Amino acid sequence: MLRIENVNTHYGPIQALHDVSIEVKQGEIVTLIGANGAGKTTLMMTICGDPQATTGSVQFDGEEISNLQTASIMQKGLAIVPEGRRVFSGMTVEENLAMGGYFRTKAEAAETMEHVLELFPRLRERFSQRAGTMSGGEQQMLAIGRAMMSRPRMILLDEPSLGLAPIIIQQIFEIIQKLRDEGVTIFLVEQNANQALRIADRGYVLEHGHVVLEGSGQDLLTNEDVQKAYLGG
Amino acid sequence: MTETLLYLIQQLINGLTIGSTYALIAIGYTMVYGIIGMINFAHGEIYMIGSYVTFIVIAGLLGMGMVSLPIILIIALVVAVFIASTYGWTVERVAYRPLRGSNRLIPLISAIGMSIFLQNYVVLAQGSRDVALPPQITGGWTFGDPAVFEVSFSYMQALIWGATFVTMTALTLFISRSRMGRACRACSEDLGMTNLLGIDTNRTIALTFIIGAALAAVAGLLLGLYYGVVNPFVGFIAGLKAFTAAVLGGIGSIPGAVLGGLVLGVTEALTSAYFPSEYKDVVSFGLLVLILLFRPSGLLGKPEVEKV
Ligand SMILES: Nc1ncnc2c1ncn2[C@@H]1O[C@H](COP(=O)(O)OP(=O)(O)OP(=O)(O)O)[C@@H](O)[C@H]1O
Ligand SMILES: [Mg+2]
Repeated sequence: MLRIENVNTHYGPIQALHDVSIEVKQGEIVTLIGANGAGKTTLMMTICGDPQATTGSVQFDGEEISNLQTASIMQKGLAIVPEGRRVFSGMTVEENLAMGGYFRTKAEAAETMEHVLELFPRLRERFSQRAGTMSGGEQQMLAIGRAMMSRPRMILLDEPSLGLAPIIIQQIFEIIQKLRDEGVTIFLVEQNANQALRIADRGYVLEHGHVVLEGSGQDLLTNEDVQKAYLGG
Repeated sequence: MTETLLYLIQQLINGLTIGSTYALIAIGYTMVYGIIGMINFAHGEIYMIGSYVTFIVIAGLLGMGMVSLPIILIIALVVAVFIASTYGWTVERVAYRPLRGSNRLIPLISAIGMSIFLQNYVVLAQGSRDVALPPQITGGWTFGDPAVFEVSFSYMQALIWGATFVTMTALTLFISRSRMGRACRACSEDLGMTNLLGIDTNRTIALTFIIGAALAAVAGLLLGLYYGVVNPFVGFIAGLKAFTAAVLGGIGSIPGAVLGGLVLGVTEALTSAYFPSEYKDVVSFGLLVLILLFRPSGLLGKPEVEKV
């Protein structure tokens, strides 16, 4: 569904991704783990065309998207829950969700919003509250709900568990699995490698902008190098 | 009532009148800054063009023998808003959009260039001398004791207050309720994220320029009629004043622009009432310096966060 081939991404003179190749198949949960500064966020954002890859190919559903503008990429059935959540803090929960379904018809958006609110009863309670006044966990749910509003076939999640209490992290991981059960393909970046690998079908390890390892979630969990570097073992 | 008090009331009326037009222009600065973090220095020129179009249309309609003032004013308003918006949109399209993503100094220089260009373009097309229009709206209300001091509130001033109020209300409703208004707010909070939701932010930015220009045209019509003269350079000083108002209120904040405009207008009126009127501009730009020194985020603004 998503095929990234030999992608290099630069920030000015700094090269953040080196020849990265990754594939995510329909219906999978694929996770990407790596230390701070490894380039995980850069990879996520390169898929979205912000920044664009300097060289290499990004294909979504067989279509080359690496040269498209961000807005048109995001209308192709792809949505992102970005690093740091980035909810619109001055806007209400309702308005945030509405922004997620902006380019769909009113009726479609209303239907999806109902679905999101069923999945996150917390958001229904806070429907008219401004997002900036909500807790970190609630904001993360809102960011996920907002991404769902465009009815994407694939969702990119960048460290959704960051800074949250264990019980909330648990909920977030349950939601991710629920999304997959609904048929949404998931590409998940996590520092919380243990939990991520457990729900993932496959995983990749990124170091200094290079993919250094790939395998099934189970294989990576038991891999000695991974254990040493990312699982505190 | 005493003479001092009546005199003060008169100055407040005058100050709020000018202040509300500053507010109308200031909104254009503040909305553009809120979204793309740049000062659109050509905005004052858009206001000036709005004034010119108003004069040309009114003179033309009068020349054609039209007599109904309300109809003349409405036609002038529609034409001025339309033409000014077209200029606002075009300026963004040709001078700013191609530079998006470059160092923030570059669009700023482009904006100054655009301002000089528009000024000289009007000089070439219309000449650099004052163009005058005889007063169209005369008369007003007076109150107070004629033996002490008579306060006057002219119909023209009433029109300025009324038109500003209606425009601000319409803008507030648009921003808070409509789909596109919501997109404007989203863009000013986080342009990149709005883009990541599949929203064409270039269109939202263009819309912001159009709204700002339309409000500047309303101000151009009102102030043009109020003063009765216009020249190619009125945009420079009015733009500077409105920019001061935007910074005073907190740049990026729409209620801030309104408050800043009113505060600035009243300050100016009071200064010229009690001191030689040459001090007026000294005081308003002194106010700008003080605000920048002691409260750079302005009266209602949020503390500055560096946009990247
Ligand atoms: N906007 C930018 N400009 C310049 N360099 C950047 C920019 N964003 C990221 N980088 C650099 O690119 C490299 C990869 O950063 P990235 O944010 O992708 O890492 P990450 O794996 O997501 O890290 P973290 O786990 O801390 O989120 C880092 O060296 C970083 O300094
Ligand atoms: Mg990151």
